[in-house]
Amino acid sequence: MMRLRTLGTACLALAPLGVLAAPFVAEKQPVNLHAIAMFFVFVMGTLAITWWAARQTKSTSDFYTAGGGISGFQNGLAIAGDYMSAATLLGLSSLVFAKGYDGFVYTVAFFVGWPIITFLMAERLRNLGRYTFADIVSYRLDQTQIRTFAAFGSLTVVCCYLVVQMVGAGQLIKLLFGLDYTTAVIVVGVLMLVYVIFGGMIATTWVQIIKAVLLLAGGTTLALLALAEFGFSLETLASRAVASHAIGWSIMGPGSMLADPINAASLSLGLVFGIAGLPHILMRFFTVPNAREARKSVFYATGFIGFFFLVVMVLGYSAIVIVGTDPQFFVDGNVKGALIGGGNMVAMHLAKAVGGNLFLGFLSAVAFATILAVVSGLALAGASAISHDLYATVLKKGTASQKEEMRVTRIATVGLGLVAIGLGILFEKQNVAFLVGLTFGIAASTNFPVLIMAMYWRNLTTRGALAGGFAGLATALVLVILSPAVWVSVLGHAQAIYPYDHPALFSMPLAFLVIVVVSRLDRSARAERERAAFDDQFVRAQTGLGAAAASSH
Amino acid sequence: MTHAELSHAQRCDRIRANPKFQRLVRSRSRLAWSLSAAVLGTYYLFMLVVAFQPALLHAPLGEGRQLTVGIPVAAAVIVLSWLCTGWYVYRANTRFDALGADLLAELK
Repeated sequence: MMRLRTLGTACLALAPLGVLAAPFVAEKQPVNLHAIAMFFVFVMGTLAITWWAARQTKSTSDFYTAGGGISGFQNGLAIAGDYMSAATLLGLSSLVFAKGYDGFVYTVAFFVGWPIITFLMAERLRNLGRYTFADIVSYRLDQTQIRTFAAFGSLTVVCCYLVVQMVGAGQLIKLLFGLDYTTAVIVVGVLMLVYVIFGGMIATTWVQIIKAVLLLAGGTTLALLALAEFGFSLETLASRAVASHAIGWSIMGPGSMLADPINAASLSLGLVFGIAGLPHILMRFFTVPNAREARKSVFYATGFIGFFFLVVMVLGYSAIVIVGTDPQFFVDGNVKGALIGGGNMVAMHLAKAVGGNLFLGFLSAVAFATILAVVSGLALAGASAISHDLYATVLKKGTASQKEEMRVTRIATVGLGLVAIGLGILFEKQNVAFLVGLTFGIAASTNFPVLIMAMYWRNLTTRGALAGGFAGLATALVLVILSPAVWVSVLGHAQAIYPYDHPALFSMPLAFLVIVVVSRLDRSARAERERAAFDDQFVRAQTGLGAAAASSH
Repeated sequence: MTHAELSHAQRCDRIRANPKFQRLVRSRSRLAWSLSAAVLGTYYLFMLVVAFQPALLHAPLGEGRQLTVGIPVAAAVIVLSWLCTGWYVYRANTRFDALGADLLAELK
């Protein structure tokens, strides 16, 4: 019983991110022509943009960061587009549908990292960085060692998250469009390759902007249609939801999901600080002309994300009444049984209930577009780690020409695309929820501590950063393997050795501790130089003196 | 050492010696850290109530109502932390950027 409960919590707690990765193998649905037609329009539009972007992309700066020419508002939308995955719409609404208020608490955890990025990181990222977050970490530390390490951290996070998205994409598309799983994964992979290889950051940014607008518009329309059923009264919605839900009044307050304080603390640490270590999110700060626009872009992004999260809460509660009591959405028409298409289809069923097949088709197309935008951002971040960090800086010591670097980026993108398609197909029937824990765990305990210390702590040395980063990486990895998501669900043991879902509560403080201790003990001449170089870095971080400028178009 | 590097180091030294730089650094870090503390403090307080005093959030908003205190509270955590973001961006884009531009102008 105990084991079952833990397992259930593990799956749910990971659900919103790994939603699409959740342990269900979707049944193939009849081919949905509305959805395919609307998605086709989206693809044609974005391919036209890619064609236009390809003609603008002349230098490495254009390719990696759109030449720094994206405005704060545009970048805000693109950040929101990068962050709000299909998991946000489908996973969070399903979580509220199933658990009520616990879903809301979870959503808040997804949000709180953003203000912190604004206050402590946005302007320094822009002032110190150029193409990748490794630029900042290695600003005054050893270029070869630190860049290799940072690139490795980026690639690990990117690959884990790519697999999660690909598996999710396959399942979702199979459900929504009635396409074959393998076909779906290949379509996503190939489109991603086209956007990134030909259009670089300019095309990726526009795909993300369009997707963010579609997702915000689609979600808001759905919420308004749903609220109309309750006369736009939240009180009516609440009372009817309480009357309809199996656990009744419990949906209006904190429940069992976050009852274990240690688990809740670890989860929220991982989510809050993991955002600040996701390479594809960090990369977006280099696409704006200066620190001022970087700050504005997080302000807009935070507003869009916060608004959308509140909309999703309305969707979840409305669905309890509208979907939860309608037999047409349940297997064999049994409203106490399973939802058709699995537990994550709540928002889609709601769309059909209040907007009919046409609206369902629209929302399906938006979900597909959403996945494409997220995987494109990930692929670009991974490719830049390979070409800019590993190839151009570590291997060629900065002597590679722009042309060579671009060629390597494109090869790297193809490589990542093939890996993503391959692993996506390989993991079809696997429960990849653990990869979500791993993604955020590594981001919060490897990339984030090293990055924030490089920005803020004078005494950081190369040895300290390497030791701390590896300590965080290893701990996060081991704890995820010992956690219920791998030890029980994947490896089939009876009891997890590490009983919590997320590693961050232990691995993140450990990383900081090791960074501090090893840096303090480092008495080498190199360490002295690195500490001395902090002064100039600090001036640049504060004033933007010498920061990479936007290229003119 | 090339000429350009030397002059960059000198420029950094001159900025650091400028009292305006000290003021910029102090006021920016005071604002950034206090807002971070406010947002994280609010959030972790909220999480503590969720974990240890869930009944507080589960109380109805009024006599006979089904909406509970928890709903506006959770929404407020999101909205208030967004407003904090807005406040920081406003201050940084007016005051801090002006100070920074002054500093760079005085180099010439």
